[in-house]
Amino acid sequence: MKPISRRKLLTSGLAATAGVAGLAVADRLAQRYALIPPDSGGFYGPGETLTYAAQRILTTHSLAREFPRSMISKAPFANSTAPPTDLFKQLEAKGFSHWPLAVDGMVAHPTSFSLGELKSFPVRSQITEVACEEGWSYVAEWIGTPLINLLHAVGTLPQARYVVYFTTDPDWWESIDMADALHPQTLLTWGMNDGDLPVAFGGPLRLRVPRQLGYKSLKYVTKLTVTDSLKKFGSGLGSMEPEYGYSWYAGI
Amino acid sequence: MRVTHWLTVVAFFALLVSGCEIVVSHPRFYWGETGNVMVRPLFTLPIPASRKTVPTRYSFVAEDQNGWSRYLHFQAAWLAVLTGLVYGIFIVWSGHLRENLLPAPADRRWRAYGDVIAKYLRRAPPDEAEAVSYNVMQRTAYLGVIFVLFPMMIWTGLAMSPSFTSALPLTVTLLGGRQSARTLHFFLTWALVLFVVVHVTMVVMAGFWNRVRAMITGRMAAPAAKTSIVAPTGQIEEGA
Repeated sequence: MKPISRRKLLTSGLAATAGVAGLAVADRLAQRYALIPPDSGGFYGPGETLTYAAQRILTTHSLAREFPRSMISKAPFANSTAPPTDLFKQLEAKGFSHWPLAVDGMVAHPTSFSLGELKSFPVRSQITEVACEEGWSYVAEWIGTPLINLLHAVGTLPQARYVVYFTTDPDWWESIDMADALHPQTLLTWGMNDGDLPVAFGGPLRLRVPRQLGYKSLKYVTKLTVTDSLKKFGSGLGSMEPEYGYSWYAGI
Repeated sequence: MRVTHWLTVVAFFALLVSGCEIVVSHPRFYWGETGNVMVRPLFTLPIPASRKTVPTRYSFVAEDQNGWSRYLHFQAAWLAVLTGLVYGIFIVWSGHLRENLLPAPADRRWRAYGDVIAKYLRRAPPDEAEAVSYNVMQRTAYLGVIFVLFPMMIWTGLAMSPSFTSALPLTVTLLGGRQSARTLHFFLTWALVLFVVVHVTMVVMAGFWNRVRAMITGRMAAPAAKTSIVAPTGQIEEGA
């Protein structure tokens, strides 16, 4: 073993101090520019934070790939869904045109829209891919109301940082940051491949977030809450996914 | 800088284990943009699946390990990429790339490979040059791993990210689609596993403990002189 020279000791000490100072500055910057995901604690926190921060710097405004009509999957896979809840069955019995979508939280005018009212907003369609974290995927045409139009209609307050979305199943809820909420392809979807959105694929109303994996695109959405903090929701990790051990940010 | 080797070992095994767990949730592979259980696969692995929606020849469903596997996979990928960047800059800056990894000018011909293979087949002891540096076969293998397999692994991995590909769509279209990227990622894993098996086998044949000690401390016992000489890896010790 070589003895450690004074020069080496000094340079290592300086390097360590610079490293710690650098980390502290990086943390301040990351907080300021909202680069830290809600599930940044724990052993996997560093990896999650690096991924989310890198994507927020690189892809805040980029558009998910769209495909020609000829690439729409002839046999899309609906995946298994939980059995319908009582709330779902009640809404189904009354006809889906009365399906409610409540918007509350940090908005100027909390409002509840019916599916019919939602359809009176400008309609957008996109041919994008659903990619599941398991590895499979399909392409479909999705038709609906861009979330940004609805958020403008209710007037989101400037301090808003996340949109939390809830479904007929109280255990099934999610959230996205404003970069994804205000993204032009984030779509309150009620149509698929020129028809109504089938129940198996999330009908009557699914929030499609095409720049993230399929599990962020929740089916049977009934409520949106605009908020500046995710701490009050569930265990404070951002959505039910981290509570099941999956990452909150699914853009990878 | 030997520390980059061991960090890569940690990252590689974390990626391998978590990658295998993720495959179990859908052990079917496709070519092109899309693929799911409604589509005929390119091939299916004869293993159980951790999802009941995936048909397999087994009557049971394996336990879902995707949550922690995915967290670990991407964290280890960051470790591998950051370590790889440090290593890449270092081998250029220190001259290790030029001196020990790029084949020597005299060895840049097919004959040189034939000579090395013939020597291995004769089980001839390493000559003087091989005792302190790598022969042309070793150099080619290392260069392939560092500059082909490793970057391809990162590329095919990123090509599966819906967000990354929104910013750089060519990264996935050049590979032929998302499912092609996934299938290539799978085969590249096997190429890297093959490298690791050969690499460890050669270390065992060359004297396992001596080599491992050299890779940790930078010093290796020289068989003839009974004194310590600095191993090839030791040449880069100064920057560690």
